[in-house]
Formats: sequence, C-alpha cells, structure tokens
Amino acid sequence: MAVHNNPKVRSAFYQAVALVLVLACAYAFAVNASANLRAQGFASGFGFLGNTAGFGINQTLIDYSETDTYGRVFVVGLLNTLLVAVIGCVFATILGFIIGIARLSPNWLIARLGGVYVETIRNLPLLFQLLFWYLAVLGTMPGPRQSIGLGLQPILSSIGDGIAAIGLPNAIADAFRSLAAWIGPPDVYLNNRGVILPRPLPGDGFGWVVIALGLAVLLAIGMRIWARRRLDATGKTFPTGWAAFALIVGLPLAALLALGVPISFEHPQLRGFNFVGGVRLIPELVALLFALVTYTAAYIAEVVRAGILAVPRGQSEAALALGLRRGLTLRLIIVPQALRVIVPPLTNQFLNLTKNSSLAVGVGYPDLFAVFAGTTLNQTHQAIEIIAITMAVYLAISLITSLLMNWYNARANRRFER
Amino acid sequence: MKRAIFTLGLSTVGLAIGFGLSVAPATAQTLKAVKDRGSLICGVSQGLPGFSNPDDKGNWTGLDVDYCRAIAAAILNDPTKVKFSPLSTKDRFEALKAGEIDVLSRNSTWTLSRDATYNFIGVNYYDGQGFMVRKALKVNSALELNGASICVQTGTTTELNLGDYFRSNSMRYEVIAFATADETIKAYEGGRCDVFTTDVSQLYSEKLKLAKADDHVILPEIISKEPLGPMVRHGDDQWFDLVKWVHFAMINAEELGVNSKNVDEALKSNMPEIKRLVGTEGNFGEQLGLTKDWAVRIVKHVGNYGEVFERNVGSGSRLGISRGINRLWTKGGIQYAPPIR
Repeated sequence: MAVHNNPKVRSAFYQAVALVLVLACAYAFAVNASANLRAQGFASGFGFLGNTAGFGINQTLIDYSETDTYGRVFVVGLLNTLLVAVIGCVFATILGFIIGIARLSPNWLIARLGGVYVETIRNLPLLFQLLFWYLAVLGTMPGPRQSIGLGLQPILSSIGDGIAAIGLPNAIADAFRSLAAWIGPPDVYLNNRGVILPRPLPGDGFGWVVIALGLAVLLAIGMRIWARRRLDATGKTFPTGWAAFALIVGLPLAALLALGVPISFEHPQLRGFNFVGGVRLIPELVALLFALVTYTAAYIAEVVRAGILAVPRGQSEAALALGLRRGLTLRLIIVPQALRVIVPPLTNQFLNLTKNSSLAVGVGYPDLFAVFAGTTLNQTHQAIEIIAITMAVYLAISLITSLLMNWYNARANRRFER
Repeated sequence: MKRAIFTLGLSTVGLAIGFGLSVAPATAQTLKAVKDRGSLICGVSQGLPGFSNPDDKGNWTGLDVDYCRAIAAAILNDPTKVKFSPLSTKDRFEALKAGEIDVLSRNSTWTLSRDATYNFIGVNYYDGQGFMVRKALKVNSALELNGASICVQTGTTTELNLGDYFRSNSMRYEVIAFATADETIKAYEGGRCDVFTTDVSQLYSEKLKLAKADDHVILPEIISKEPLGPMVRHGDDQWFDLVKWVHFAMINAEELGVNSKNVDEALKSNMPEIKRLVGTEGNFGEQLGLTKDWAVRIVKHVGNYGEVFERNVGSGSRLGISRGINRLWTKGGIQYAPPIR
C-alpha cells in the first residue's frame, strides 16, 4: 500500500494542515485586530487599568471612590460576583435539598407542592424571574421615610393602638405603649433602598473571641478524628455533631461573656434621603440572590431526587434489617451512595449559577460583568483586553469550582469504597 | 478522515472571514451618491420624542429628523426622500464610519475624541446634564442632594459628570447604573432612586413616559456641557460644507425673519442679506454643489431653526422646553451662524 493511501498517514497529514490553518487564522485575526485598532487610534495593552475610573459604584466590599483606578473597579466587580456566587450556591443547595426530598415525601400534598415548584420555576426564563423579583421587591417596599421597622417596639405600639381603637380601657393601651417606648426604636429596617441592619463594631479584647472560635474549630476537628479512630477500634459511637456544635458555639460565647461583651453597635438613623450608619443590603443584591437561588434550587431538587432514587431500595431494607435506626440508615447508607450520583450534576448547577450571576446587569447590581465588561469597556474602548480578562476570570472561577467539587467527589467515593 | 476534511473546510472559511474583515470602507463622493440614489440615508435614534421618534404609522418626526429632511430638501427638493436608520448609542459611530449612512443626526455630544475621528457640522441643540426628582421630596436645588440615590444609564458621559459634580461639591451619593434608558426610568419610577439624571432634553422626553408626570420636577442646575449636533465622515470636505451650511441657512433664515409661511414674499425682498439667502443675488448655492434656491427649499419644506425647534421640542410640542441658550445670539442665546456672502 502506498504511503499516501495509508489511513494513519493521511489522517495525520490532514490534521497537520488543519492545525496550520487554525494557527494562521488566529495569527491573521491578531495582526488584523492590532492593525485596525492602531488605524483607529486606540492604544492596545493593559495600561488603562491604572487610569482613574471616575464613576461611582453602589456596593463595594473594599474601599472605593471615583478617584480609584479601573484596576480597582475590576477587583470590586470580581468580589461582588464572588459574593453572589458563594451565597447563591449555599442557599440554592439548602433549598434544593429540601425541595428534592419533599418531592419524595409520602405526604401527597408536600410531594405535589415540590413538583409544582420545580415545574413552574424551571420553565420560566431566568431574566424574567429576576425582573419579577426586582420589581416585586421595589413595588412592595415603602420609601425610606416610611420604612418598616423590624423589632418589638413597632409591634407593641401597634398592639397598643389597636387596643385603643377597639374601645378597651386606655390603661391597657398605655401599658403597651410605655413598654414599647422602654424597648426603644428598632435596629432593622426594610424599605425600597434595601435592608438596613446595625453594624457590629468590635471593641477591645474582641480578638480573644476570634481566637476562641479558631480553637473550638481545631478542637472539633481533633475530636472528630479521635471519634473515628475509636469507632474503628472499639465500634463505639460518639455524638460528634452535637459535641462539635457545643464547642464551636460555647467556647466563643464563654469568651465573649468573660470579657464583658466587648462589642457595640452602630445604629442606623434616618437622616436626609436615607438611613446613615449601619450595614445595608441593596435590593439589587437581594433580588439577584432570590432569583438565582429559587431558579437553581429547582434544578438541584431534581438532581437530589435522582440521586436518592438511584440508591436501590434493597440498601435501606438491608440496613433496617441489620437494626440501624431510620436516621442512621439515611446518614450512613443512603446519603453517601446518593452523593456519588448527586455531586457531578450539582457541580454543573454551581457553574450555571455563577455564570447566570452576570444577568445582574439587568437590575443594576454592580457585578464584574456590569462594571468591568460594561461600564469600563464603554469608557475606555479597550474591548479586546477587557473581554479577554472577563473571559479568563469566569473560566478561572468555573475551573476552580469544578476542581473543588471533583476533589470532594473523589473523597466521598473513597470513603464509600473503604 | 471525513472529520479532518470538515475541519479543514471550517478553518478555510474562518480564514476567509478573518481576511475579509480587513477591507477598509471606501470614501465616496457623498453628494454624488445621494443624487444618484435619489435619497438621503440618515442615522437617527431608536426613539427619543422631540429629537427622532417614529409615530404609529412609521413617520419619523423630531429636531434631528428635520435636519435630515432639510438636507434632502436642499439637494433633492423633496423632504420625504430620506431613509431613516435607527441606531443604538453603541453602534452609531461605526455605522457612519462604515458608510452605511450619509449623515448621523442623533443627539450626539460634540467631544474632542469624537471630533478627532468624525466631523461635527455644528450644534443644533445646546444641552446639559440635569436632575429630575419627585416634587414630594421638596428639593429645590441639586446642591440639596447630599446622600441621595441616583439612577443613571451606564456607559454614558452622564455617569462621569455625576461623579465629578458630587465630588467637587463634597456630597455623598449612591449610584445605581442600568444598561438601558427604559430600565433606568422604571427603577426611578419604582422608587429605587430619589433622582434620575441625564441630558435635560432627555429628562423632558422621559418625563412624558412617567405615569404621573406632574409629580416630578426637573431641577434648575445644569452640571455639564452637552452640545448636540449632526456628524459626517472625515475625508469628504464638500459634503461636510454642504451639511454645515444647511444648518447655518436655517439659523440665518430665522435671524432674517424668513419662515416657511413668508418665504415666497422673501423672494421679492430688496434686503441684500435676504436676497443672498434666497438666491436672488449671487450664486452661493452653486458653490456648495447645489442650486441657487437651496435655502428657499429648506425653509419652504422644513422651516427655519426657530420653527423646527418650537415644533419639535419647544412650546408647540408636548415637551414644552423653553429656548433658553438655544435662542439666537440677537435674542440673548448663543445660536449664531456665519453670514452668507
């Protein structure tokens, strides 16, 4: 057989030609882009990251002002994206597990409610849901001057008003009112500018509380290792969960009380247009989280349901026959096997949630896509550089998420196979 | 192997596209192209009442639209021979550069960096950035806005002017930036912001879209210069001069008291300035590549600058904007045109 008829040689030849053409194409794109940019008077490169941004951002996890650079805008946007992604993944997982298990409930009503939830939420476009939550949040909330105060004082004083209104003796109403006045104004407010909370300000010696917390976590990990060794050696179980909980809550709390509660609160106060002081959750963040969590939870619910159904019924029957209680059966037999099926598609959902967070631009939440690939791009015209950076960031976040989940999956499988 | 050939084909196509992109748009003689085509192609906004807005029958009206019609009238003696091309803020300059439109008449601010790449023919509306608030807030001045939440459209000069203004007056503010004008005004209406900010002309225009327009007030402060005007491409001086003088003719006509109703009487006038405008003296139109009666065509079909202003954005329109600094220089404004001679 002639060389040119050898399928292997031919295949290698065509692949080499294809590779050369792809590389030539990429080269042509690069040369063309840089020539055109130069012709239009655009300087390419990343020098623009050091220029002054000049625009404001309404939620920044680090200090930021208009005089800071585009580089800092990038960091602010990245942190805002990560904030949404992390909080979103945690709550979507919790809600997803609850709904997934609800769909398997023997209770007809609960199972149907779970089914209706999943079918409704996952069949509506996410952007539509996002706008719904945003406008629903804005539409139902009062303005800053009519804020809803959350606390005992408004409840007690309105009970007092109610008692007076239905004609009961004024003495009772006044008792409620004076009790309300004694408690003082509330610290948590709701309005169409967001949720306003008091800001905790750590005082002298608060570092010891943090040290106590760290110590408690280390002790809990040590205890878990000890309990596992003892289980392997003697077969005796130990209530690790409860003990760890007691440690992690109790130790810092004891330190806090021993030091005389070295913590004070900055109380929000209505001044001018809005509340000054305290911490504020902006409605854009709340709406984005609501939309992402409810939407992704519908998919996670199905993943969880599939995972649990994938464990053969014989497994739980065998565990029960061995005398394990219901709770232990679930924790030791069902969940570890279900996790093997759940984790890989769960990773997909985490990645989806992170990428979907770029819809933030629709409600004005300042995430990476909005402030960097949006505003910064528009002001600097450095389209190629900015899009490349943004792509690299989303890719990096996704790959890191995948790596973590794969590591967790491998670890879960190893334990299962042991 | 089939796959290898497929990949080969795909990359060849990609390569062809890659090289295809490097073809530069040719600069044609725009006036000749318009005459040959028998119509003017004019880039306008996607709908901004008062400046360029289609009605329910698809007829475009507005100040910017009337400039397109005036150019068509001067060249083709027919203000209806205009094809309108609605463009977004993002695409407007690329369309002009690529030769898809003959002139961009789309409330665009004259800035140095834009002028370095294109030619602004003049200012047909002197605008500036302003603020709209609810009357219920009882705010009378932008200097009382310390601590306010402000809705803006992202990617505009508005966002940067806002930062400058609040910083130079050492006031705090919260900015909520949206991608489109509609989202911005909706968030303002929903109570997310105390203030909506953009160019004043646009504030008047967007105010009309609010459910209760009377509950809102536009503050007196103007915090930036936004001179709006039509633009043409670099590299065609004849076309640049022609469009520029269409604008000047409309202003000169107003200054000389020539309007769409009395233009026929003006043809009999003995005033030398009017005679030069209407073409009964000299050959000024021909110097621009037009006919002698070029200015008569503009004024008869479209009107002078004052008529166009009042009809679209002024007292004769729903916007009801006062002339302000857009009055003629003879009436205390800054609209001024060089003489025809």
